[in-house]
Amino acid sequence: MAKNFGLGPVASLLVQRIGIGFLLILAISALLFIGVEMLPGDFARNYLGQSATPEAVANIRKELGLDQPIITRYLGWLGGVLTGDFGQSWANKASVGDQLFKRLSNTLFLATVAAVFAVPISVGLGMVAVFFRNKLPDHVINILSLAAISMPEFFIGYLFIFFFALLLGIGDGPPIIPGSPTWSLGNVGLVALPAATLVVVVLAHMMRMTRAAILNIMDSAYIETAELKGVNMMTVIRKHAAPNAISPIINVVALNLAYLVVGVVVVEVIFAYPGMGQYFVDAVRVRDMPVVQACGMVFAGVYIVLNMLADVGSIMANPRLMHPK
Amino acid sequence: MSLFVFGYFTLLIAGSSAAAYYKRSEAFGVLFTVTLASMLFGILWGQVAFWTVGIIFASLAAAAGLGYCFRAYMVMLLPEQASRFMKSAPLTASFGLLVIIITLLFAIFAEQIAPFGERQIVGDVWEPATAEFLLGTDNLGRDMFSRLIYGAQTTIAVALAAGILSFSIGMFLSFTAAVVGGWVDQVLSRINDLMLAIPTLIFALVVLAALPQNIFVLVAVMAVIDQTRVFRLGRALAIDIVVQDYVEAARLRGEGWFWIIFREILPNVLTPLIAEFGLRFAFAILFLSSLSFLGLGIQPPEADWGGMVKDNKDGIIFLVPAALYPGAAIAILAVCVNMVVDWLLNRTASLKGGRG
Amino acid sequence: MSMLLQVRDLKIGATAYPPGEDPIDIGIVHGVSFDLEKGKVIGLIGESGAGKSTIGLAALAYGRGGVRITGGSVLLDGKDILRYTKAGIRDIRGRHVCYVAQSAAAGFNPAMRLADQVIEATVLHNIMGRAEALERARYLFGVLGLPDPDNFGTRYPHQVSGGQLQRAMTAMALCSRPDLIVFDEPTTALDVTTQIDVLAAIKHAIEETETAAIYITHDLAVVAQISDDIMVLQHGNTVEYGSVQQIIEEPHEQYTRDLISIRSDIKPEQPDQSGALLKLEGIDAEYGPNAKVLFDVTIHLPKGQTLAVVGESGSGKSTTARVITGLLPPSKGQVLFDGQPLPPALKDRSKDQLRELQMIYQMADTAMNPRQTVAEIIGRPLTFYFGLRGEERRRKVTELLDMIEMGDPFAERYPAELSGGQKQRVCIARSLAAQPRLLICDEPTSALDPLVAEGILKLLLELQAETGVSYLFITHDIATVRAIADSIAVMYMGKVVRFGPKSKVLNPPFDDYTDLLLKSVPEMELGWLEKALAGRKMAAAGN
Repeated sequence: MAKNFGLGPVASLLVQRIGIGFLLILAISALLFIGVEMLPGDFARNYLGQSATPEAVANIRKELGLDQPIITRYLGWLGGVLTGDFGQSWANKASVGDQLFKRLSNTLFLATVAAVFAVPISVGLGMVAVFFRNKLPDHVINILSLAAISMPEFFIGYLFIFFFALLLGIGDGPPIIPGSPTWSLGNVGLVALPAATLVVVVLAHMMRMTRAAILNIMDSAYIETAELKGVNMMTVIRKHAAPNAISPIINVVALNLAYLVVGVVVVEVIFAYPGMGQYFVDAVRVRDMPVVQACGMVFAGVYIVLNMLADVGSIMANPRLMHPK
Repeated sequence: MSLFVFGYFTLLIAGSSAAAYYKRSEAFGVLFTVTLASMLFGILWGQVAFWTVGIIFASLAAAAGLGYCFRAYMVMLLPEQASRFMKSAPLTASFGLLVIIITLLFAIFAEQIAPFGERQIVGDVWEPATAEFLLGTDNLGRDMFSRLIYGAQTTIAVALAAGILSFSIGMFLSFTAAVVGGWVDQVLSRINDLMLAIPTLIFALVVLAALPQNIFVLVAVMAVIDQTRVFRLGRALAIDIVVQDYVEAARLRGEGWFWIIFREILPNVLTPLIAEFGLRFAFAILFLSSLSFLGLGIQPPEADWGGMVKDNKDGIIFLVPAALYPGAAIAILAVCVNMVVDWLLNRTASLKGGRG
Repeated sequence: MSMLLQVRDLKIGATAYPPGEDPIDIGIVHGVSFDLEKGKVIGLIGESGAGKSTIGLAALAYGRGGVRITGGSVLLDGKDILRYTKAGIRDIRGRHVCYVAQSAAAGFNPAMRLADQVIEATVLHNIMGRAEALERARYLFGVLGLPDPDNFGTRYPHQVSGGQLQRAMTAMALCSRPDLIVFDEPTTALDVTTQIDVLAAIKHAIEETETAAIYITHDLAVVAQISDDIMVLQHGNTVEYGSVQQIIEEPHEQYTRDLISIRSDIKPEQPDQSGALLKLEGIDAEYGPNAKVLFDVTIHLPKGQTLAVVGESGSGKSTTARVITGLLPPSKGQVLFDGQPLPPALKDRSKDQLRELQMIYQMADTAMNPRQTVAEIIGRPLTFYFGLRGEERRRKVTELLDMIEMGDPFAERYPAELSGGQKQRVCIARSLAAQPRLLICDEPTSALDPLVAEGILKLLLELQAETGVSYLFITHDIATVRAIADSIAVMYMGKVVRFGPKSKVLNPPFDDYTDLLLKSVPEMELGWLEKALAGRKMAAAGN
């Protein structure tokens, strides 16, 4: 599949990656919609639960549009999605789209706050670990990060709430988050605890991967060449290691931002944060399929886009590709 | 200033000085840092913070000591080759191994060990810890400690089942893809890539929303989603070996697929495979707990650790630590498995291409 | 002449960390001494593990990968650099002493332009300003024969070839006008025809600039062209140390004599007798619709003889082996074995057809399953082809172990416990166990030390005399060809350029490529390089 679209090698590589990304999103949408339908279990019956008489089932089928052939329904759904219409919730007949966008905004705010703190700290800690390679600070950081990635989000989250209550006294619970926190600096304090939980989880992963990527570079032969020219360590890191580290670090960061997508769900439930994660879980509990499919689609889409950005970023920063023969 | 505080600081300062005198820089660094930290926390936030630091430090020291003793014990007991293998374990892995074994024992002999029944109501809601109820009671008045032990049984059983299933499926598919190659490899790899493009939790939630709720479905869903990671690793390992000259030599000899997979490839991937299984197991524990926490995993009245967190979470704001115990149990078990896996992976790296 | 470098009783060691045991200290160099005058070249020669790179790096007070200098002194202009502070050492490196690595491709930073890296040390040590340094760099590019010297520096490392990079690294070392350059096997990774150009360029450059040099290599013929003195090393000890005339023409030690004599054996050619065992007729092969790699290959191998297939990397010699073994079915032509056409694909061949044709590989490490014992490795063909088991099999295994001059004690060892030569012998025994009629040898001695390689070649010749097996010997080394072949096929870019009995192929008149190839092999005589260069034009745009 190495078609050259008449552009330079970098451009065609990028076009290829982005193309694959879109294809993937399309395939996932099919999987989420058609694949889910093909699972055993009948939506109509589940929807009705106890009162599932044959006539009731048939009626509900017609009402929810479940009697039409699946391809038609899929295409209809897909068309709707592309125009921003995600259908109607089965639980309360409200437009899924409206709720979705409001909640997406909240979730993105939370994720962004977490990312703003997590990325610089973890990259910095990764560099520290490399600088003190195999000495005590490196060992300590290694063990702490190993512990952090093994701890479930709910443990960390409730631990934070516990100490929060401990320090500020019982009854003054963590701040109540309004229906729609707007994107402002003032609201950062509101989301401090859930963001902190997210930061802990992602920081550990990112730090370990950064450390591995930088170590990989420091072991390269050209670093030795620089040392043998009498260049001091700081300059070696600045002039030789850093430019080559950008590509793998971008990769690491983007991959972990994608990981944030998953972590957000549990964290929102812990802190009762009105974001997409909470919306999604509630819908799954009551089997509100349009909401489940819509949220699944958005989460998967964000995940794929971030993975694709990781790919694109590391391509763009790769010196071999940027200056071809 | 109580006797305890006095004794505590005397011990730490003596230890730090001794370490400095004997030029053990690492030990000195640790001890002196703890001394300073204790003083700092004690001054700033009073008794409670001071106690916290002290307890953390004491538990870490105890863990290190236990790990050391356990390792020495195993080295003594095991036969020649296993004993040498055990000697290479760092303190963290030894302690981890000990914890895993203890947890497995708890899980297997739950009925015998637990002081009270799983659903037995023994007291008031959220009573604090006493000698009789080691960790207090939970949100319905059941003994937390017994519930934790029974929870270990459920968590480990389900996680192990899912881990074994995921591992088997993944290994089988990946080896087939690597050895047979061609379009079989292409198809399997593309499907795997597709499934890898969806985050696990999201995927699981979507599927669980559509399926009936029982334990077999749960295990199956967890296994099918997780085997994608196993597939990716297994295929990479197998391909690495398949291109080695000794596999080509076997093919040129005319050996069949069976011989090549079982006698040429498999013996060379054992250690990374075991390490991967460990990772899958750890992941299954965390995954299952998350699902149960969200209400979509194990359904009441059976409870695993994740479900117990969900049951007790309302007490947190009121400083009832009940929800932290099962959370801590999950964390400790997962950390220990990861530490053992870390050790195994380091051994593989040094054996495979270890150049000095 | 003033003494630039005086190494006295240099001792170097390292710490090994075997898993599960206490770390142990091992010695790598055990007290080596030599002197180097300004402007002279000393060659450090030895097999792998001799410690030559380690000693070379000690001249920069550097130990690679946990290796430490444990004793002795290194006097540069009378001062012991081992006693310097870190800052003092950094001052010497890149200014007074420079290093040219073995693999220039890995030694350059892929994210920086070549010129910036070449002048880095010069500018850093304030020897020249940036503009002046760039001028000097351009001058050096010209001296070293690089194409388009004015603009060469604007390229990135991956945009130029391996040979060019090696020269660029030499330019980098010369740029700061150092007193001493350490060349660490600079031409080992290059093709033979490229090697000669780079070697000449280096010699020319250091003569022009009157720089002293330590030249490290395992090839005595190469070092004889460029050094004034030679030190022969083995296992970290000095075997012999003297002028290049003395070492080459009147060696004292047996080890040195062995090293010199490795290229002197020539196998007497057998007249073509009993007809062809293997015949390739008009073979075309490709790796895909537009990737044709073999063009009309037609060669044959008489029974009981050795056909050497010679060529450089990319010539198609390994591909030819893959066609013969059935791993790559040809797109045209056929392979005949003892008169019968062989099924083109591996899976269509019978067990017996597979048995008669065996193969040994260049890297014996990866040709054996690390989890199987020697007995299991050698015994498997016995069971697979002949159904031998138990006591019978064990006896045959012992017999084979004796044939490869290793014997019974090795039966329960694992490959990791064997030396390079021993591993290759086990692979030979494994192929012999099948009692083949044709053994394809894919560069089996290229990765081995010269003396060990000698041993393997001698063994192969003995085995051929004993069992009458035929060899298809693939190699890039002309000296090996002389020692082992009856007939020769020279390949270049997928075509057979020359084919016939050894006496015909190695004697004029030559085609252009064979001419080039033969002239590029360094001979163990002084002044060969000058003669070879005078005899051919050094292409200005050479790579």
